[in-house]
Amino acid sequence: MKETPIKKKYEAIVIGASAGGLAALTAILPNLSKFLALPVIVVQHLSPDSDDFLATHFNRICSLCVKEAEDKEPIMDNTIYFAPANYHLMVEQDKTIALSTAERVQYSRPAIDVLFETAADAYADRLIGIILTGSNSDGTKGIQRIRELKGLVIAQSPESAQVNIMPLSAINQAGVDKILDLKEIAPYINQITEKET
Amino acid sequence: MTGDLKNKTLENERLEIQMLLEAIHQKYGYNFKDYASAHTKRRLHHRLNISNMSNYAQMMHRIIYDEDFFNSLLLDLSINITEMFRDPMVYKKIRRELIPRLKTYSFIKVWHAGCSAGQEVYSISILLEEEGMKHRSQIYATDFNELILDKAKKGIYPLEVMKTYTGNYQQSGGKNDFSDYYTADYDNVILRQSLKEKVLFSSHNLVTDGVFGEMNLIFCRNVLIYFNRQLQNRVLKLFYDSLCPGGYLCLGSKESLKFTDMEDKFEPIADREKIYRKKRLP
Ligand SMILES: C[S@@+](CC[C@H](N)C(=O)[O-])C[C@H]1O[C@@H](n2cnc3c(N)ncnc32)[C@H](O)[C@@H]1O
Repeated sequence: MKETPIKKKYEAIVIGASAGGLAALTAILPNLSKFLALPVIVVQHLSPDSDDFLATHFNRICSLCVKEAEDKEPIMDNTIYFAPANYHLMVEQDKTIALSTAERVQYSRPAIDVLFETAADAYADRLIGIILTGSNSDGTKGIQRIRELKGLVIAQSPESAQVNIMPLSAINQAGVDKILDLKEIAPYINQITEKET
Repeated sequence: MTGDLKNKTLENERLEIQMLLEAIHQKYGYNFKDYASAHTKRRLHHRLNISNMSNYAQMMHRIIYDEDFFNSLLLDLSINITEMFRDPMVYKKIRRELIPRLKTYSFIKVWHAGCSAGQEVYSISILLEEEGMKHRSQIYATDFNELILDKAKKGIYPLEVMKTYTGNYQQSGGKNDFSDYYTADYDNVILRQSLKEKVLFSSHNLVTDGVFGEMNLIFCRNVLIYFNRQLQNRVLKLFYDSLCPGGYLCLGSKESLKFTDMEDKFEPIADREKIYRKKRLP
């Protein structure tokens, strides 16, 4: 069945991943179009003493520029940002990054909820939120906020997730707009964010 | 439609928070208006949820009439999380590269701005003692939260965190047995009195208070991230004015002078450790 995707001018994408996230992100980030004209901000749960290997690694294999997010940094299109280990990443109303060492949320820092909730407040219905594999329910509250403000939410299908607890929690507790298999996510994003010519 | 949604939900909320911060400012003199707004909003929201209130108007009333409630909110907004020898590599760098240069001075002054419960202060106190510089140094430790300053003065910490502190100390290049620096007392440890000898604790608000003169080394770690860019610039100017020429500024590991007005007034000494040096004027 062919359906026409909802075309809207999206302004940002946020992605949350936990256990199994490295493989899931590897299936998505390098396959995003290099013409993707918006920022992608990622929280991957990490041990507190990790260095910036995620950003370094993905920068090598992605066509978009990948970097670790810095405090007060203006958020740019065509760029993928990773939250640093042991810091929450928040999006400010003026589309800059704010980091914080506030206490853990859902046992995590960085927490997906913190990114999703603040990004929802900054981008409202121009935001796409994607929740991937993971073994806890971080992200669910953030998705509630994205949906309240009419953003678009995509969950990795629990069958295609290495650990299905996180997408299941999102789907059951918050509800999502789309459930996609891992390999379908990047093409879908490329399609709905494609500039009309 | 974006406009409508934003107007309704977000604009009202923004307005409520603005009024609330104004009330705090007028009633208690603390100005949070130039803090990073995403941060302030999250903290207020958190307090709202855990105190079973349904809106900020209710909360504002409570703030005005209930000082204890305000004090707990002050703790929420100020984030006091800290450790001894937090980011051990920073201390290692200080020991290896700054200390030899600081030793050329007959006397040094150190300022910890936003010292929280004192862990960072006592870490430097230990380091200076081990490097034989304690007797010719003075440490100023300031915070705007009096409750947290009282804790700092006591230097009593829960036993359970000592494992982390000990690990940090060892990684930082510490020369002794860390347990030499405290005595255990049931669930707590008390730091050795001699670590407090050269420390002066006092209340100082970075938003409103002025310069501390002629410092050789200023620590302001994990404080500036809670400020917006304007306030960061103001406070960095304050540090610039408080440092002697060639003095050092040490920021938190995810803070930097990048994106600020002061970038060209300092030279980076250690990129990862976020140590800068005030340029001498030509
Ligand atoms: C996260 S702690 C940092 C403690 C320590 N420097 C460290 O890095 O481990 C932040 C501290 O900054 C203090 N602070 C926040 N705003 C301040 C202000 N305007 N003036 C002085 N201190 C402030 C808070 O009370 C808190 O103790």
